[in-house]
Amino acid sequence: MTTPARPTPVFEYAPAPESRSIVDIAPSYGLFVDGEFVDGTGEPFKTVNPATEEVLTEVSTASEADVDRAVRAARRAFEKVWGPMRPADRGKYLFRIARLLQERAREFAVLESLDNGKPIRESRDVDVPLAAAHFFYHAGWADKLEHAGLGPAPKPLGVAGQVIPWNFPLLMLAWKVAPALATGNTVVLKPAETTPLTALLFAEVCRQADLPAGVVNIVTGAGDTGRAVVEHGDVDKVAFTGSTDVGRSIARAVAGTRKKLTLELGGKAANIVFDDAPVDQAVEGIVQGIFFNQGHVCCAGSRLLVQESIHDEVIASLQRRIGTLRVGDPLDKNTDIGAINSAEQLARIRELSDIGEAEGAQRWQPACELPARGYWFPPTVFTDVSPAHRIARDEVFGPVLSVLTFRTPDEAVAKANNSTYGLSAGIWSEKGSRILKIADQLRAGVVWANTFNKFDPTSPFGGYKQSGYGREGGRHGLAAYLKGADQ
Amino acid sequence: MTHVLEPDALPGATPAVHAPLPPYDDVTRSDAAFRAFLHGLPGVDQVGAEARAAQLGTRSIKTTSKAWAIDTAISMVDLTTLEGADTPGKVRSLAAKARQPDPSDPSCPQVAAVCVYGDLAGVAREALEGTGIHVAAVATAFPSGRASRSVKIADVRDAVDNGADEIDMVIDRGAFLTGRYLDVYEEIVAVKEACGDAHLKVILETGELKTLDNVRRASWIAMLAGGDFIKTSTGKVTPAATLPVGLVMLEAVRDFRIATGRQIGFKPAGGIKTTKDAVKHLVMINETAGPDWLDPDWFRFGASSLLNDLLLQRQKLRTGHYSGPDYVTVD
Repeated sequence: MTTPARPTPVFEYAPAPESRSIVDIAPSYGLFVDGEFVDGTGEPFKTVNPATEEVLTEVSTASEADVDRAVRAARRAFEKVWGPMRPADRGKYLFRIARLLQERAREFAVLESLDNGKPIRESRDVDVPLAAAHFFYHAGWADKLEHAGLGPAPKPLGVAGQVIPWNFPLLMLAWKVAPALATGNTVVLKPAETTPLTALLFAEVCRQADLPAGVVNIVTGAGDTGRAVVEHGDVDKVAFTGSTDVGRSIARAVAGTRKKLTLELGGKAANIVFDDAPVDQAVEGIVQGIFFNQGHVCCAGSRLLVQESIHDEVIASLQRRIGTLRVGDPLDKNTDIGAINSAEQLARIRELSDIGEAEGAQRWQPACELPARGYWFPPTVFTDVSPAHRIARDEVFGPVLSVLTFRTPDEAVAKANNSTYGLSAGIWSEKGSRILKIADQLRAGVVWANTFNKFDPTSPFGGYKQSGYGREGGRHGLAAYLKGADQ
Repeated sequence: MTHVLEPDALPGATPAVHAPLPPYDDVTRSDAAFRAFLHGLPGVDQVGAEARAAQLGTRSIKTTSKAWAIDTAISMVDLTTLEGADTPGKVRSLAAKARQPDPSDPSCPQVAAVCVYGDLAGVAREALEGTGIHVAAVATAFPSGRASRSVKIADVRDAVDNGADEIDMVIDRGAFLTGRYLDVYEEIVAVKEACGDAHLKVILETGELKTLDNVRRASWIAMLAGGDFIKTSTGKVTPAATLPVGLVMLEAVRDFRIATGRQIGFKPAGGIKTTKDAVKHLVMINETAGPDWLDPDWFRFGASSLLNDLLLQRQKLRTGHYSGPDYVTVD
């Protein structure tokens, strides 16, 4: 057969970087208090691009006095403007913010990937659209709260102090700010110190939307700033998402005060794969469960519980699939796994992985080249993990999967529930009755069936046990911001 | 794989006409055994499969990768005409286009095959003499497949005698949907035998099978029966080659090779009209079955209008500006 020379069958994807010229990062940023950008009086800190270790900009630290100014502005706005405002008008502002988030979606996505290290595919397709969706959803509630089943005339609490983590900076902001504003509260929000930039861009959106001054205040800084927000005497409601350790200290600080509290903390979710699972989709779900956002997800499916009879088949399939994951430049549109958010987090992931190996689990990582600069960790699977190993119990908060096996449904449930956490779980089976029965037995706030890490503003989210309390999203999430509407 | 108790399994029963490759050599020993095997394949979750296909569709293929993908796609096209109005003249003009898709650029690769009805295979064979381009003919009472087995076999023999070296057959969807899997299997075996040296592509007509579980089962029947390629559609039924269907079929050829060592090709046909669609398929092959399938021996596009869009995009990459439909030839 004579044919002209054929192209070689190697399909290299050429770099397809999203342009960063759409974002304009200032050399320094202040706080957003009472509708104005002002300098903080604390020592400024630098925020870096975790993919390159390049310093992006310098950000003000809010001192206790700055936080006090912000809370006073929020109180004023609550009493004079936002509280008395017609609920339908509050809804209009929220709709406006939602539309602006959509209009400036690319800018938010690029900035999020720069500051956080997450792949642009995720910030573009998940974080930013979901953040806008949360504002749209809650905008609709603003003038319908009387029909939410939370009492005849639900009233706002007042000033909400909110502290959010670095894993989904804009999305967590939306989860906190949208319900607070829709229910008539005003907000003092502290973004994480490694990822403050999209919150500051959101402040600009608030101005663009003509949101009355003081309704949203953003105070940047580290733990001390967060403590000042949480402990401020004039805060009526505290909402925190982050680590269980910090959550515990917040619960202590709030105990005995009139403040309402919701905590969304860590997790060690079981992703249970039965032998009658749709195996190819289960493998996708395992990948999505643990490698989405580099595993920096509190509800990550970090414990794979696979039925022993299909263990080898599933692991072989999983390893082949992981081999196609592309690790690298977060701004490249073909990147699946980006950078670890900070040197500190990278050290923790390394430490726990080393302990896993030392305890006798088998570490597997695909051949993949990591960039020389920045914070990187390859996708990792541990097999031969026993429930006694620390990598089966502690939250790694990184791209590290621990694989355990089970023989019967009872054993699956017992192992899944054998955790100090209880945020989420996944079930993979083609048998509907099995899914319903197991879901009923799992002690986890969110149970996904034949999918994983799917989020929607209409669906409440929250945990059992050390994963926290209170719900965010859906009708249940509104209760956390309304008087007398305890969940 | 799941095996169930099988009341009609008798020791020493005569084996089927053609035993599949090990380790599956016993699954066609009876209707019940075959059914148990096919229904024991892992299920397909439709929502998950669609989500995965959509995610693969977001890969951004630019510059040098795009150029490579376009040339690769051109070399994988089965340039097709399957009209009642087909004539020798129409087939000859298609053959000329197959040899030289872009007359303004001799570096443009030629396509893989020309696909016609069996009675015109001879015309195509003559027009493609010495080019290495394959002649594919549809047969077995294409597109419906509603004829007796002897007519279908005669159809295949006729096409092969006329010079076709690739036969695109249709499975008996009626038999499949009534659960007579072994009938479907045996017919493919018989057609394969009638093909002689010609390559056999087995069209599942996934638009009529409807569920992805059915797509997976039909893929396995065709592979076990000795088909060289599995193909989505005739192009006469909508929907034809969708990405989720392609994903499931690529998983099937991947799994079949892992289990048996034999590689089966894949051909989506119908509904792939743009370069973007073609590139999405190449990405899906690359990340599902693997790069071994990125070759005209293992992957084909059944298409007609796709080629012109590939050529326009190729010219755009080469010259930096878009031209128009008058800069590529009508077939």
